[in-house]
Amino acid sequence: VHNGGLYKRPFNEAFEETPMLVAVLTYVGYGVLTLFGYLRDFMRQWKIEKCQNATEREEQKDFVPLYQDFENFYNRNLYTRIRDSWNRPICSVPGAKVDMMERVSHDYNWTFTYTGRVIKDIINMGSYNYLGFAQKAGTCQEAAAKVLSQYGAGVCSTRQEMGNLDKHEELEKLVARFLGVESAMAYGMGLELKGVICLAVKHNLFNIFLFPFLIQGCLILSDELNHASLVLGARLSGATIRIFKHNNMQSLEKLLKDAIVHGQPRTRRPWKKILILVEGIYSMEGSIVRLPEVIALKKKYKSYLYLDEAHSIGALGPSGRGVVEYFGLSPEDVDVMMGTFTKSFGAAGGYIGGKKELIDYLRTYSHSAVYATSLSPPVVEQIITSMKCIMGEDGTTVG
Amino acid sequence: MDIKRVKDYLYWLYYQYQLITCSYVLEPWEQSMFHTVTVTVLAMVLYTAYVFIPIHIRLAFEFFSQIFGGQPESTVSIV
Repeated sequence: VHNGGLYKRPFNEAFEETPMLVAVLTYVGYGVLTLFGYLRDFMRQWKIEKCQNATEREEQKDFVPLYQDFENFYNRNLYTRIRDSWNRPICSVPGAKVDMMERVSHDYNWTFTYTGRVIKDIINMGSYNYLGFAQKAGTCQEAAAKVLSQYGAGVCSTRQEMGNLDKHEELEKLVARFLGVESAMAYGMGLELKGVICLAVKHNLFNIFLFPFLIQGCLILSDELNHASLVLGARLSGATIRIFKHNNMQSLEKLLKDAIVHGQPRTRRPWKKILILVEGIYSMEGSIVRLPEVIALKKKYKSYLYLDEAHSIGALGPSGRGVVEYFGLSPEDVDVMMGTFTKSFGAAGGYIGGKKELIDYLRTYSHSAVYATSLSPPVVEQIITSMKCIMGEDGTTVG
Repeated sequence: MDIKRVKDYLYWLYYQYQLITCSYVLEPWEQSMFHTVTVTVLAMVLYTAYVFIPIHIRLAFEFFSQIFGGQPESTVSIV
């Protein structure tokens, strides 16, 4: 697939297929465990064994069931047997090494008791602390502590009422400069962000007069392996959603062609807007999106691009600006750049970057700005310090 | 020393068997049940193979030799 000459080097990504024997044996194992699961369920039903799972009370059985059938089966019989490997409580900062509390289970993982000992210095391979900014000591921590004593811990107000501190303004200007876009807006939580702006983005893109379009009449093309938050946000927006195969540009082009040729399903009118929804790095696969080709397709078919850089911001690119810089493209080609501060910056929250009209519209109309509390000042200071460290503006060469 | 290595190797084989068939995660009484069933099925398969495979091979050999080289022969089959 052509990419318009935007990116010269070949794109190498290899994911090996699982061997057939391994796949067959996995299913055999599942079969064995399912059989034993049915046996145990039978025993629990006939009261031979005590049921330790959460069920509804007898009086509630006439109402709509609270617990789904098969999902609960899997949970009860398969996941509980191996549950002790997950969700283990830690008792130190999740940096390079972590301290973990030791726990034992005497009844096969239905209940856990803590022995009271602490296992020290476990190598941490599971947290989001990619660049190590979430430490107990260092410049980020000192700056955050200073701001904490100066501004307090919480803001106790929404962005539009009284929660807009000068720290928030500074953060937004810094994020816009970091990404290379015109303007940016920061939110308290990354997940709600995606849901909310999908709704708002449907209303306004490049529209100077700012009158809202109808939500029907817009099409979202999202990747197969998009995160649950993106899927929920797309569904909330009420637009039609079509899915293309993961990182497969032929599939995307075919969908775009069909959409433009055939229009909306019943009335055959042309779609008002087509939005391509991709992520920078996919969290479960680890694959990077083929951004030059997506941008070439976007320009050819005149659609819009929404890039979710939750994992790739701060991690990809020669100076950490994300997947756009990794490919050497211009950030103005991407219409909406979204990201989180949780992973590489060691804080909490998310941001949206894009053209100034879009961000101004979001500032006035998005639900989070009106109803949700804004970011708390120490967190904002942590983001500012870590971002400056990545950009190299704090004078040291750490970033 | 050799006995210890052999024992370790056998234990490692048992461990692999447990992992592959997911009986590592079962409770002990479930494991006993599963091992009993597996051993029974395996014994039955081996016994069937021991009893029937020679006869099947002999019959197949006679069938194919009849087709390829046996036209002038009479059609009386060997019992």
